[in-house]
Amino acid sequence: MPSSVMPTSSPAGQPSPAAISAVGLRKSYGDKTVLDGIDLRIPAGSVFALLGPNGAGKTTAVKILSTLITADGGQAQVAGHDVATSPDGVRAAIGVTGQFSAVDGLITGEENMLLMADLHHLPKREGRRVAAELLERFDLVDAAGKPAQSYSGGMKRRLDIAMTLVGNPRIIFLDEPTTGLDPRSRHNMWQIIRELVSGGVTVFLTTQYLDEADELADRIAVLNNGKIAAQGTAEELKRLIPGGHVRLRFADPSAYRSAATALREITRDDEALSLQIPSDGSQRELRSILDWLDSAGIEADELTVHTPDLDDVFFALTGSAVPTQPNQPNQPNQPKEAAR
Amino acid sequence: MSAPVAPARPTRLSLAVRDSSTMLRRNLLHARRYPSLTLNLLLTPVMLLLLFVYVFGDVMSAGIGGGGADRSEYIAYLVPGILLMTIGSTLVGTAVSVSNDMTEGIIARFRTMAIHRGSVLIGHVIGSVVQAVMSVVLVGAVAVAIGFRSTDASVLEWIAAFGLLTLFALAFTWIAVGMGMISPSAEAASNNALPLVFLPLISSAFVPVDAMPGWFQPIAEYQPFTPTIETLRGLLLGTGIGHNGWLTVVWCLVLAALGYRWSKAVFNRDPK
Repeated sequence: MPSSVMPTSSPAGQPSPAAISAVGLRKSYGDKTVLDGIDLRIPAGSVFALLGPNGAGKTTAVKILSTLITADGGQAQVAGHDVATSPDGVRAAIGVTGQFSAVDGLITGEENMLLMADLHHLPKREGRRVAAELLERFDLVDAAGKPAQSYSGGMKRRLDIAMTLVGNPRIIFLDEPTTGLDPRSRHNMWQIIRELVSGGVTVFLTTQYLDEADELADRIAVLNNGKIAAQGTAEELKRLIPGGHVRLRFADPSAYRSAATALREITRDDEALSLQIPSDGSQRELRSILDWLDSAGIEADELTVHTPDLDDVFFALTGSAVPTQPNQPNQPNQPKEAAR
Repeated sequence: MSAPVAPARPTRLSLAVRDSSTMLRRNLLHARRYPSLTLNLLLTPVMLLLLFVYVFGDVMSAGIGGGGADRSEYIAYLVPGILLMTIGSTLVGTAVSVSNDMTEGIIARFRTMAIHRGSVLIGHVIGSVVQAVMSVVLVGAVAVAIGFRSTDASVLEWIAAFGLLTLFALAFTWIAVGMGMISPSAEAASNNALPLVFLPLISSAFVPVDAMPGWFQPIAEYQPFTPTIETLRGLLLGTGIGHNGWLTVVWCLVLAALGYRWSKAVFNRDPK
């Protein structure tokens, strides 16, 4: 399996300048290596997702790039400033929404916003205008007068992001922005992130949800055990693993058996009475399977088409064993399937 | 969306002043919204004042002024120490609130913003000094209500006494901030700051140092509370100050410098 889809250090003369770049970032706590030399290059105005299981080092990467902690080795530049030698230059360009809510729970939502306006040295009037605008935009007007600690998880997240936007940052770090949110809040958050991007902001987000990375990111890096296992667009990553399949399920054991003996190149699941036929899911292949079933007089009770998604990539790249069959039904996280 | 306002290139100092005053407003807002912590801490000095005056007063007064003092003279003897003990009590609140604050996510946010690095701590310190001075005024009012009178203090001496209390509060607040910074929890912070409440008990606050065991007298005499109490007595009651004046100032400056450097070093460490 290739360790990287794209070259990690880009050739000179790329069209858009890098908003964030890192070479050989390393960090360890005691004898535990959290980041083991990661290279990144994120063009301005794009969305980059760092995808990885818990403990892969995602948060550590965000903390280093946002100047919260210092790296043990390697170099990183954010907005043209070196994080180690010019942290204030970096800080002036970025906004950070960490994994844990970074709001002041003791004061109200509005006071939190005005605090940010003051720290960005906005004039009083301008600060009030910006605060009111963002509270409105993030649907927090009704809650603005209540202490932030009384907010629900989704409201805290929205306030958190609203506070991050006060200084109009050009680069935004979002560390697991939707962890712990209900589905509706999660979709709202996605919408917010898309709006940010359409405004030209560069977004660096971490997530453990593959659909989130697929949904939002221009480029994805899979981080595993402190190393980048693969990097590229969602499409490029999906191409890394074996193709999809069509699954036929039978209610009648005898129909199942006759189909199983007649078809070649299949994977049998005798308990579930289902068969997997390798397929890229194209119309032509589907028709040939259907035609064959018709001509053989076999009727499947259910037919589902499975195209490889990021789940498969993720398990293939981060799993301990070599995943020759990435779609085994006993995997902890059942891949999404599109029922037809 | 806000248009980026082009800031007139601020100097380092103006940035420090501006951000620190923003942080100060935040801390005072906390104190105003949640005054119970500060007020609870005031109970200790007020209770001790009432206890020593009304319950132990007759016995205690026999130990000062060669045995001929009465209860009102003991009030006069007691109040300077009680005022410093009030500051000691508010320091527990400082340590606890700093420790609480450091566990808040918003501190991480401050660290990733282009603001004056020390402003978070300076805001805490000034906010705590303001609260300490207000507490001293409150406890002082209780003292006056039960009969404390300054016998011969001039306006200048009153101002000096006030300044001394403020300097003392400032010095010890930096220490308390450092204690709060290294405390992983509010309980730990409260325990770490306990010596600051305990120190006045082994000073000349309640009984003269002469009345203590001989081997202990040097400790009691030169620990920071005793010279400060004696200087305060000198200013308010006209007793001799002697070397206690400069001893107090030196103590305060050394403690302030140590506390400042300590707190700053801890704050600049990578957060976990």
